Amino acid sequence: MIDVGLWLVAAAALLGAVAVVVVPQRVRHLTAGAVTALVGAGGVLAGVGGLAGPGWVRVAPGLLPLGEARLSVDALSGVFLLLIGGVAIAAGVYAIGYTAPGGHHAGDAGHPGPDAQPGNPAASRTAQVTVPLFVAAMLVVPAAANVTTFLVAWELMALTSLVLVLTEHRLRASVRSAGLWYASMTHAGLVTIMTGLVVLAAGVGDETFAAIRAGAADLPPVVRSAAFVLVLLGFGSKAGMVPLHVWLPRAHPEAPSHVSALMSAAMVKLGIYGLIRVGFDLLGGGPRWWGLLVLGLGCVSALYGVLQASAAVDLKRLLAYSTTENVGLVLIGLGAAAVFAADGNRVVAGVAAAAAVLHTVNHAAFKTVLFLGAGSVLRATGLRDLDALGGLVRRMPATTALVAVGALGASALPPGNGFVSEWILLQALIHSVTSASGPVVAVAVPLAVGVVALTAGLGVATFVKAFGVGFLAQPRSDAAAAAQESPVAMRVGSGLAAAVCVVLALAPAAAGGPLDRVLDTLPEVRGTGPLTDSTVTLRLTGIAGAMSPLVIALGLVLAGSVAVLLVRRLAARTARRTVPAWGCGGAERNPRQEYTATSFAEPLTRVFDDVLGPEQDVDVTPHAESRYLIESVTFRQRVPDRLEARLYPPLLAVVGAWGRTARRLANGSVHRYLAYGFVTLLVGLLLVGVTA
Amino acid sequence: MSGPELVGAVVASIAQVALVVVGAPFLTGLMRQVRARMEGRVGPGVRQPARDLRKLLNKEAMRPEGSSVFFVAAPVVLMATTLLLAAVIPFISTVLPIPGADDLFAVVAVLMLGTVSLTLAALDTGTAFGGMGASREVTILALAEPTILLAIFALSVRVGSSDLTDIVEGTLASPTQVLLPASLLAAVAFVVVIIAETGRLPVDNPSTHLELTMIHEAMALEYSGRDLAMVELASAMRLTILLGLGVNLFLPWGVATSVAVLPMLLGIGAVVVKVAAAAALLAAFEVFVAKLRIFRVPELLAGSFLFALLAVSASFFLR
Repeated sequence: MIDVGLWLVAAAALLGAVAVVVVPQRVRHLTAGAVTALVGAGGVLAGVGGLAGPGWVRVAPGLLPLGEARLSVDALSGVFLLLIGGVAIAAGVYAIGYTAPGGHHAGDAGHPGPDAQPGNPAASRTAQVTVPLFVAAMLVVPAAANVTTFLVAWELMALTSLVLVLTEHRLRASVRSAGLWYASMTHAGLVTIMTGLVVLAAGVGDETFAAIRAGAADLPPVVRSAAFVLVLLGFGSKAGMVPLHVWLPRAHPEAPSHVSALMSAAMVKLGIYGLIRVGFDLLGGGPRWWGLLVLGLGCVSALYGVLQASAAVDLKRLLAYSTTENVGLVLIGLGAAAVFAADGNRVVAGVAAAAAVLHTVNHAAFKTVLFLGAGSVLRATGLRDLDALGGLVRRMPATTALVAVGALGASALPPGNGFVSEWILLQALIHSVTSASGPVVAVAVPLAVGVVALTAGLGVATFVKAFGVGFLAQPRSDAAAAAQESPVAMRVGSGLAAAVCVVLALAPAAAGGPLDRVLDTLPEVRGTGPLTDSTVTLRLTGIAGAMSPLVIALGLVLAGSVAVLLVRRLAARTARRTVPAWGCGGAERNPRQEYTATSFAEPLTRVFDDVLGPEQDVDVTPHAESRYLIESVTFRQRVPDRLEARLYPPLLAVVGAWGRTARRLANGSVHRYLAYGFVTLLVGLLLVGVTA
Repeated sequence: MSGPELVGAVVASIAQVALVVVGAPFLTGLMRQVRARMEGRVGPGVRQPARDLRKLLNKEAMRPEGSSVFFVAAPVVLMATTLLLAAVIPFISTVLPIPGADDLFAVVAVLMLGTVSLTLAALDTGTAFGGMGASREVTILALAEPTILLAIFALSVRVGSSDLTDIVEGTLASPTQVLLPASLLAAVAFVVVIIAETGRLPVDNPSTHLELTMIHEAMALEYSGRDLAMVELASAMRLTILLGLGVNLFLPWGVATSVAVLPMLLGIGAVVVKVAAAAALLAAFEVFVAKLRIFRVPELLAGSFLFALLAVSASFFLR
């Protein structure tokens, strides 16, 4: 099954790419979408095989310049293959509609772009060919089994996604800046990952993961810790961990929406995969401070991400920051698992790790729905700015319903899928402190619970804003009022992802068996089986207490039906009369009187003023005849990323100064270059002579 | 669960729902009457809210122009969440038929779902008041969440479970636990949360008539007739449920631990007396405080968060 799946990935990606190039333009969107979905189907097959079966290894000697290409699939690879494949199927089907002729694009600052654009940039040949290649590159990463293969696949993934981020560079200046940030950050990350993995490979004398796994325990602690911190930085930056997240809220919103979904739901998860693979599997866990470091970074990421999301007014930027938030929650789970395992509390460590993996899958499902939904809104209106949206529930009922499913999952409310994994995470945290754990854990865990709680609360505020302001109420602009429902392929694509959300929300115990096999690949939590006893009700091994999402959902449906029946019996049975809303006696209603996303988030922005630091401009133009009469008031607010503004300019200044200094070495004099060559040769020969 | 026990559990659950649905309007009436008497007014009597509900049920319902299905569905969702909670929280007996819904985290999340449905409906009306109420409500909701979850954490430490039944039975088994610092601190935090979640003074003024200061009332402004009746009844039920939850978490005496008739009757009597006393105390407290400015509410909630954090720490270090 794994063979079939991976061959399907390779064949569909390569032959499909050729097909996309040669087919005529009018069927290109159809071909490209189908090819992407086919590559995704291959990933799903391989993933299911990996989760079900024993280990699988294939070696192609000499395929890569520096060595062999080695692939291996175990349960941990399997869950990520399944995740990426699933997202790719949804995004592929969706892209058939999204890149079809017609629709609007976003121009600068989230407002509709010029409609005179010659065609959709996301439908161009380059963009359409790159999407299946990007998916295939992502699918090779979790299957890679040596350092070379891993790094090659990682870099292919980065390059293909960079091309896709730049798709709409002619439409908006912000795309070009996003591409630059993304290229720099992903390559800086590649350097740290490469250094970390090379340190490990050099230490054990072999570059296959199997050899590193066997030999890593004997490495000196300093080498192990150095390698761990290096890969944490690299994988963290890919995952959107604060403070290395700066590229994410720029690049994810600027890509075409199906690519945003692939990046935010799937690619970001490979950072998580890398961290689990290297930290938990290859290194086999480490001292407690590794876990505390990850836990701390997770807390900062979750809080900072959700705070920025709660203040954001650009729909896709909001979703990108919400990705940082959810990655933070996953990191809290992983960090907690590492800390508990280091304390010898393996059972609870297993529960925390299970929560992290399950939340990774849940986030992939609901973030796919949400980014695809944002894409539908964008295509229908050309708008990303929530302050100009509204009223879509009547113009686009199907899209609104799908987004509602995703938003319910993202706000971690029952019966949504995000609630399940957050519940498991909270259970792991509150049952972790035993008499054996020291004061550090006894202080860190309650703070982590507080962070998870505040994140959940602000997440609810964020998605009430995104959904309530964006989709309900009256349209706040002509573009929103003229929205049309999306093509059927787009609804089917997001419908697939929404269906997965519903299954994960109501029957999470179905994920129990595969999840146990994933944990069995990690030495620190092997054999803990946290979800083994779960059926309809979730029962966590080693933890008293149970929760059944299905019972809650059915209970709500039953209680709602009883309420409706009772009211029908007791109340006056007349139809509701439609009347103008109460306007304090003012008869005329204007959408400009409505609350916008900015005004909705104003109390939170004010409460968290010290963190968010919004920049506000208020221009009051007085009347020409009297300064007591006001002609007009203009209000502008921008919530900049303060961490970026504080941390990165000094860093960039240092890099810039270094570059200018280095320029003096190369002043164009041939004599100088000859001298460099001579000195280098001399020093090289001396070194060889001394060491030999 | 054996056959007779299941029947008993179902009866207990239905009795709880009936008690909350019927008792909630009278509880609101009681609170208003206590306030009225303490402020030197005669007051309309405890039956007034029930009479209001009957009146509203027979009035015509209206919906604002351009509102969607979310406006119509919100009262039903709000009512469904409160009915579900009334059935699963151990008010009169710890033996209840529905497993897997009485986890405290789930209970809090279901309460939140009800609030969220009403905020979406408020936004759906497309009026400034609706937006204002929704915005303030979710702000308070978000800031109260850490306190609630940490208070749950503190309570769960002593029994090793966040299951409501386990917590109540654990407290019944060893009553001195209530006097532990952790319990007392958690109780203080929980009271602040109840005030914030139910929109009582000093966070929100339930009897205000000025739109600009409203939170909950601003969200319900566009409802009328049977929809308003549902929202009003559900809000009264939420207050009843939260007060009942509070008293049973910290003073669980009287709650039946079997399905025998006598303990259950005793359980009904005990919960009625305890909740009525708590409501009267809350009403009396409200006479002496004024509504806080909305931007002072975060300070109140931060203070309660500190209490909850201390409660958790105390449960580790002082036992």
